[in-house]
Amino acid sequence: MNRRVVITGIGSITPIGNTVEEYWNSLLSGVSGIDYITKFDTSDYPTRIAAEVKGFNPEEHIDKKEARKMDRFTQFAVAASLMAMKDAGLKIEDIVAEKFGVILGSGIGGIETLENQHQRLMEKGVKRISPFFIPMMISNIGAGHVSMCLGAKGPNTTIVTACASSTNAIGEAYRVIKGGSADVMITGGMEASITPLSIAGFCSMKAMSTHNEAPKKASRPFDLNRDGFVMGEGSGILMLEELDHALKRGAKIYAEVVGYGMSADAYHITAPSPEGEGAARSMELALSDADIPYQSIDYINAHGTSTPYNDKFETMAIKSVFKEHAKDISISSTKSMTGHLLGAAGGIEAIACVLAIKEDVIPPTINLENPDPECDLDYTANKAKKREVNYALSNSLGFGGHNATIIIKKYR
Amino acid sequence: MVFEKIVEIIGEQLGIDDMSEVTMNTSLIKDLEADSLDAVEIIMAIEDEFGVEIPDDEAEKFKNIGDIVKYVEAKK
Repeated sequence: MNRRVVITGIGSITPIGNTVEEYWNSLLSGVSGIDYITKFDTSDYPTRIAAEVKGFNPEEHIDKKEARKMDRFTQFAVAASLMAMKDAGLKIEDIVAEKFGVILGSGIGGIETLENQHQRLMEKGVKRISPFFIPMMISNIGAGHVSMCLGAKGPNTTIVTACASSTNAIGEAYRVIKGGSADVMITGGMEASITPLSIAGFCSMKAMSTHNEAPKKASRPFDLNRDGFVMGEGSGILMLEELDHALKRGAKIYAEVVGYGMSADAYHITAPSPEGEGAARSMELALSDADIPYQSIDYINAHGTSTPYNDKFETMAIKSVFKEHAKDISISSTKSMTGHLLGAAGGIEAIACVLAIKEDVIPPTINLENPDPECDLDYTANKAKKREVNYALSNSLGFGGHNATIIIKKYR
Repeated sequence: MVFEKIVEIIGEQLGIDDMSEVTMNTSLIKDLEADSLDAVEIIMAIEDEFGVEIPDDEAEKFKNIGDIVKYVEAKK
């Protein structure tokens, strides 16, 4: 039996809006969520900018007692999951709890909690470490809390593949439903790593933009003057549902997940393999899983981090997979606006694909003012573009050489 | 004074705003639904506030808030 998997709910907390509606409107109007870091003093840092989530109050979503025991990354995930559940019009009473699962991705987990507790260890000693330290910090606790909040007793796991995490999570959740182990899955990812230690670590790698003088111009994928990524935070959550299950309850159907591919570069800890060979194989596997010719793809939400290497190699990978069709595809990097949400990036970018398909409009790549001659495809520069979108593809490529791709289709 | 401060700490740690019905006979676990991890964190906060040390085997004997208050008053 061929089980089809559709998207029936979405929820997000992002640097450009704490609801899906705000997020999508900001994407279409080219709003940048990047500004100076407010969470800690950055005087000593080469990078002083990030895309922080603004005005997030966990108690609007989560019981105060529970919220206190969650790291920020978990609070984002729980809040976005509740939104997706509500959007899907689903109540736990309407589902078989054992067939309702959760697969989320996080690259880093509860690093803010880790840093705070380590400081306590240094200053106050062993006996002052919180009993909640470990269950707040571990990367899987987000998926754990979401299962507890929603009553989801089915398949539950967490994917940790750096910046590919939530695209892998969505792909795996899609497979779980296809394989029959669940009918409904909450999936996507969350990240909250704008912290002193984490920013210092990425600075040390020279991976981040130092365009401190103009934060809103700092994330400029495919532009000649790009100089690194800008860290973002938040969560993007999708509710996946088996088609018949969704039809039986008269659910609103946004789109269908039809393909998933993944690969490893087996090349270097942080640098992508030359010419994006690994990313190309990930896209090819997703196309073959979807069983469609490459000419079907209308939109690619690129990984597009704004690092010199990524954007050049991802462009080469797209050309190698899509050949003469590559120039006809609308591509964009929404990281130009949201910053790079690391393990949550694939979640919010899948939502961008879903809405691009639903509304037949491509969100832009902002700050593309002086295109890199080596990046010579159509990146939807600076302005959203109306275009029929039947198939959208989303790439996420992570440190460690992890590549993940999903393909989403207009539901018919 | 010790009672009021301990009630304040417990309310803060458990995220309970209204602690007006809490008495010396209130049980952390039975009445306020604290779990074993909450209890550890509450004891730690009380140790910090009053500058006392409460060994684990003593903490395990506490049946209600009154027991904690009495212990702290005796050690202070």
